[in-house]
Amino acid sequence: MDNLVKIRGLRFRRGSRVIFDNVDLDIQRGKITAIMGPSGSGKTTLLKLISAQLNPEAGTVIVAGEDIHGLGQSDLFEMRKRMGMLFQTGALLTDLNVFENIAYPLREHTRLDERMIRYLVLIKLHAVGLRGAANLMPAELSGGMARRVALARAIILDPMMIMYDEPFGGQDPISMGVLIKLIKTMNDNLGLTSIIVSHDVAEVSMIADYIYIISNGNIMDKGTPTELEKTNSEWARQFLKGLPDGPVHFHYPAPEYSKDLFGT
Amino acid sequence: MQNIVCWITNCFELLGQWAVHLFERIGRSALFLTRIFKSIPAAIVRPWLIFQQLYSVGVLTIVIVLVAGAFVGMVLGLQGYNILVRFNSESSLGTMVGLTLVRELGPVVTALLFAGRAGSALTAELGLMKTTEQFSAMEMMAVDPFKRVIAPRFLAGFISMPLLAAIFSAVGIYGGYFVGVALLGVDDGAFWAQMQKSVDFHEDFMNGVWKSITFGFVATWIALFEGYDTVPTSEGVGRATTQSVVHASLAVLSLNFILTALTLETN
Repeated sequence: MDNLVKIRGLRFRRGSRVIFDNVDLDIQRGKITAIMGPSGSGKTTLLKLISAQLNPEAGTVIVAGEDIHGLGQSDLFEMRKRMGMLFQTGALLTDLNVFENIAYPLREHTRLDERMIRYLVLIKLHAVGLRGAANLMPAELSGGMARRVALARAIILDPMMIMYDEPFGGQDPISMGVLIKLIKTMNDNLGLTSIIVSHDVAEVSMIADYIYIISNGNIMDKGTPTELEKTNSEWARQFLKGLPDGPVHFHYPAPEYSKDLFGT
Repeated sequence: MQNIVCWITNCFELLGQWAVHLFERIGRSALFLTRIFKSIPAAIVRPWLIFQQLYSVGVLTIVIVLVAGAFVGMVLGLQGYNILVRFNSESSLGTMVGLTLVRELGPVVTALLFAGRAGSALTAELGLMKTTEQFSAMEMMAVDPFKRVIAPRFLAGFISMPLLAAIFSAVGIYGGYFVGVALLGVDDGAFWAQMQKSVDFHEDFMNGVWKSITFGFVATWIALFEGYDTVPTSEGVGRATTQSVVHASLAVLSLNFILTALTLETN
């Protein structure tokens, strides 16, 4: 199997809380891999570890054959030019308009003339359906539009891999449909490798080639969407079907009910 | 007895935690400053980024500096006249206004206004950029935020402060002149002649310039560090902005005492 990202023995803590404990994980080249799990399970942290925004306590993250945490700043920045990331909020630069936000990486890293920059930006904006919004400021965009602009910015340098952090969070059904279609189309047409972090089971299952479900610092289950439908793991079944009770209890651990009420 | 021991232990524990936190922040701010210094060459080759910040940090602060300078100068003129007239020395009003503004009030009050107007804006801007993940986005685009965002703002603050202090002192002197000469009848020639005779370029004017450069450096550093180090929540940005103004103001006032003591010692 051709893996673009190989994670081995990953261990990461925030204070005394263990987020990942000896995790192994592979991301296949050219595929859409989803990382799913409940809130607070460390999905976004995993993306930050893959992109070396955070350093692990132990273990390695190999991206395109390079140990990303062993790279110096200039090599890391070279690697990041080949990676795109879509943040939960879009993370657009608020003092630049849509056009300038997308042109920003081109202006920073290339010596293209203004005509060529305009040409490339408009192509990417057209691909996300927002060519007409080129002159709007980020504050004038809806949440869905902001994420589409951020997506256009993430692909402007034609990266090998793109990471999506909760791309569907808080989106209306139309925006969600647009984003699902865009992620799938971009991945197939541009030959990208996509990693989606999300807990929107139905939407992610529609487009993901492989899914990892993580919780409590470990991988609880993994497989293709079809394989996970028939999973034997009770925990994974509860998560995928959204059942209110199961291995993850409805009640937060508490003293006995009658004792708490009557103190006897 | 056991309760008292427990209370004392808790006090020491809290004191220790506070000290660790304080030194940790001092260390982080020193590292932050080192990264700024390393990023300055990259900012200098993009002067338009510095010009943009000179506008928002410096030019937009001019109005408040002009108004405050005028009123401070007018009060100095009024108070100075009332004191000096008792000793028939009102002709020395120019000396008093000039020395007070150039040596002390110009740099100090401008730095306090700078911390309140430009410093708080810098902290809030950087804090919001952190909260909305704009720094992370820049790093993911292989762009160092220190080179593109922080170093240009630092240079702009550092350059703006002495210029703003000079404007404050100049307007303040005219404020004092207006009250003393135009309203209270001090002799025009005596006002300027006394000032010219008493205010020395090296000892007084340059003393004020060095002070304003130091205050600009410290106030901008504090403002940027508080913004960059903010807890990325709306409450965190609010707290960082308040802390930025409070810490910068206290730093300016205490540094002013130290610098004044040092210059008087040297003289």
